[in-house]
Amino acid sequence: MKALVENSGADSDSFSIINVSRRRFLKSLALGGFVLAGGFPPVALAEDEPKKYGADAMPHGWVDNPLVFVAIAEDGSVSIVCHRSEMGQGIRTSLPLVVADELEANWLHVKVVQAPGDEVRFGNQDTDGSRSMRHFFMPMRRVGAAARLMLETAAAAQWRVPLTEVRAELHHVLHPASGKRLSYGELAKAAAKLPVPDRESLKLKQPEDFRYIGKGEQLSVDGRDIVSGRAQYGIDTRLPDMLHAVVARPPVMGGKVLHYDAAEALKVPDVIKVVEIKSSPLPADFNPLGGVAVIAKHTWAAIQGRKALKIDWDNGPHAAYDSAAYRTEMEAAARQPGKVVRNQGDVDAALNSAAQRLAAEYYAPHLAQAPMEPPAAAVRIVNGHCEVWACTQAPQLTRERVAKWLDLPEDKVTVNVTLLGGGFGRKSKPDYVIEAALLSQAMHGQAVKVTWTREDDLRHAYFHTVSLERLEAGLDSRGNPLAWLHRTVAPSIGATFAPDSKHQIPPELGMGVVNVPFAIANLRVENPAAEAHTRIGWFRSVSNIPRAFAIQSFVAELASAAGRDHKDYLLDLIGPARRIDPREISDSWNQGESPEIYPVDTGRLRRVIEAATDAAGWGRDVPKGHGLGLAAHYSFVTYVAVVAEVAVDEEGKLGIPRVDIAVDCGPQVNPERIRSQLEGACIMGVSLASLGEIGFKDGAVLQDNFHAYQLTRIDDAPREIRVHLLPGSDYDKPLGGIGEPGLPPIAPALCNAIFAATGRRIRQLPIKDQLRKD
Amino acid sequence: MITLSINGVQRSIDLPPDTPLLWALRDGLGLTGTKYGCGIALCGACTVHVDGQATLACVTPISELAGKNIQTIEAMAEDATGQKVQAAWLSLGVPQCGYCQPGQVMAATALLKHNAQPADADIDKAMSRNICRCGTYTRIRAAIKQAAGELENAP
Ligand code: FES
Ligand code: FES
Repeated sequence: MKALVENSGADSDSFSIINVSRRRFLKSLALGGFVLAGGFPPVALAEDEPKKYGADAMPHGWVDNPLVFVAIAEDGSVSIVCHRSEMGQGIRTSLPLVVADELEANWLHVKVVQAPGDEVRFGNQDTDGSRSMRHFFMPMRRVGAAARLMLETAAAAQWRVPLTEVRAELHHVLHPASGKRLSYGELAKAAAKLPVPDRESLKLKQPEDFRYIGKGEQLSVDGRDIVSGRAQYGIDTRLPDMLHAVVARPPVMGGKVLHYDAAEALKVPDVIKVVEIKSSPLPADFNPLGGVAVIAKHTWAAIQGRKALKIDWDNGPHAAYDSAAYRTEMEAAARQPGKVVRNQGDVDAALNSAAQRLAAEYYAPHLAQAPMEPPAAAVRIVNGHCEVWACTQAPQLTRERVAKWLDLPEDKVTVNVTLLGGGFGRKSKPDYVIEAALLSQAMHGQAVKVTWTREDDLRHAYFHTVSLERLEAGLDSRGNPLAWLHRTVAPSIGATFAPDSKHQIPPELGMGVVNVPFAIANLRVENPAAEAHTRIGWFRSVSNIPRAFAIQSFVAELASAAGRDHKDYLLDLIGPARRIDPREISDSWNQGESPEIYPVDTGRLRRVIEAATDAAGWGRDVPKGHGLGLAAHYSFVTYVAVVAEVAVDEEGKLGIPRVDIAVDCGPQVNPERIRSQLEGACIMGVSLASLGEIGFKDGAVLQDNFHAYQLTRIDDAPREIRVHLLPGSDYDKPLGGIGEPGLPPIAPALCNAIFAATGRRIRQLPIKDQLRKD
Repeated sequence: MITLSINGVQRSIDLPPDTPLLWALRDGLGLTGTKYGCGIALCGACTVHVDGQATLACVTPISELAGKNIQTIEAMAEDATGQKVQAAWLSLGVPQCGYCQPGQVMAATALLKHNAQPADADIDKAMSRNICRCGTYTRIRAAIKQAAGELENAP
């Protein structure tokens, strides 16, 4: 308890209770038995252990101990710990709101304290997979309810009345019969002496009594700091006597320094030292890339010093990687049979008997996450204790890896989590934090901050995979699909962790390819091999991006071949409302969730399609050069449909006057932030569809800053984005994710709209100047 | 040693004269509200005001700034236009991760000081130097219009 208060800066220990068995509240380590593999949790289950899902299946699962998450001071201020990383999704507001609601706390007296990396204490902290709310809504409700019950119990004891006669209301406990009331501050000390109630004894609120949940009326807790420049990101960390470093890294994955000459770099004013960081053998894993670091009194000197380095590289086994050539390889692979990953009916026979056969190939390039704050971390080592400040999505993984690299026990490493200036998956990988730790160690523990320049960020991301999706369908004489054959070719994230991994791992297959929810009798999915030549990592919504692009474009192509309306055709393809067990469609992953609780619900998918098309006025007349395009996709257990309106002018310039997005994510905790996430995903989707591309030549990345890796700016962003949230007030329903699911349907909706506007079918991303007329 | 006027205060800076204002602010003076995003005038994260003009601090060496009036995001809470912009930003919930937002607020404030009622085309022109990777553009546009309305109604 004490450690938490100190680490987190919570200002009161008056709620702390020592003599309570933590075992009752903590998922014990034994429950784990899981190891991080392939960056995706799960895996190895002891044979006799029942399969676990959701937060239970994550390393260290969840914790719902109020003593870990809540502190109440005698002045009544309530500190609530947020143990997930804030990167723009609003989690530092939304999760504490859940606690505050059940606690009947007055939000004005709540402050939010960021947890350091400590999964045993706080439960799983790796902030990815769109699961913070999905996994922690119920635990955080229980935290708030338990703390409320303790306050009520303390008040009842003081008044010598039965517990049933008192109730908590807005930071006070009341005894209506006598009109007595006590504030939370007055009760804090006595409440802290009580045992934490059993989970079974908690009374959760009825949804109609929620004050904050589902309302979306609270400003982000960080908003004021952000707009006034006070918000602290990892790159803003300042420590006494801190040095600043930038690193020259091997340009090709698996490369290393042959030799280097630091003489000129050391002449740059304010440069202090040049240090080599050893490269690790492949697989890349989360290891630092190695290279040569320049350490200086300030960042500018370090950057200038790095320019003056002379380095000869051994570029290693991937020095021939070339995106254009690789695309040809992927096309060849996609035209041959591959490993069958889902098979129903007899696709070959059905294709042969079809009245019409169509095939199309869709290409989507590598992408870099490019968070506006590039990776950065500061580390110092004082008396054998390593302190880290980092913008990290993975505080616990970071702690574990830093400890390993410095050869320290984990309890000698503290990872302080700053705000993240965007993450999008990049900051799940702690390579940059390990660099800072090694450099601090090289400086005998002096504080060192490593800043990645934008060039570093783009050249050394963990890239979104490159992919070729080949689809083939056979239609009957009325245009109805008899057969569906999908070959997906893409280097796997698995290759970043296991060098011989040439096929996609279950999470990648479960991202919209095997679990396509179409009612087609003959359906086969194949995954031909693909070798990775760079660090493949997860990027917001991961493999869903190319699958939604390919599948939702191909369905539109089939609809036009059949002479049918796209929306009607898509709904027919999905078929009647039903709940599909993911295991029956070869999806063993199911986003890590229970197949019983989270089946694929085609009724919900149909409803978002109806909602988006209704709101957008599907079928309406549009001006010349305009077109409407539809796409729908299910990912991270949330259903999203998008209708984009595009305007393509005489020169072929693309404008986007309006996008309608319908979402069914189940219960909504903070609808305002849900809207903002969907607006943001829409603009990021527009950006990757129209401009995003990372290419390789001679093994190295071709794009080094925003002139070459372009991002959508305000003038080309959709002028209007309308988010339509399907009712989400049934809090007994399971929650869906929100950070990622908005992204995948954007590219196909745009491309389908472009087809409607111009007759031009885009099968390769980005769109760039494919529409330009010369 | 170079002396600069930053947020109305004379500050001496002991850094090489070619140092960009961005790093002088962040590393030299501890004013970390001005952000690094690209370093070569492509993203707007480092936007400050120099004599009232939106200026990219990452490509402005401190040697060029003697005698000029430099304002950073840290001073906007004291600025009549800046306050309105910040208030509109909060009430419409513009920020997501927030990292680009000091630059956005500085760009929007400079725009409104020069053009109290910007049309969409003016907003496009003034704000397209600033990238937001989180995609807050539709709210930025709405917030600029809201702030413009507030400024018009202000006594
Ligand atoms: S950091 Fe100055 S414009 Fe990007
Ligand atoms: S709010 Fe994250 S980059 Fe703009």
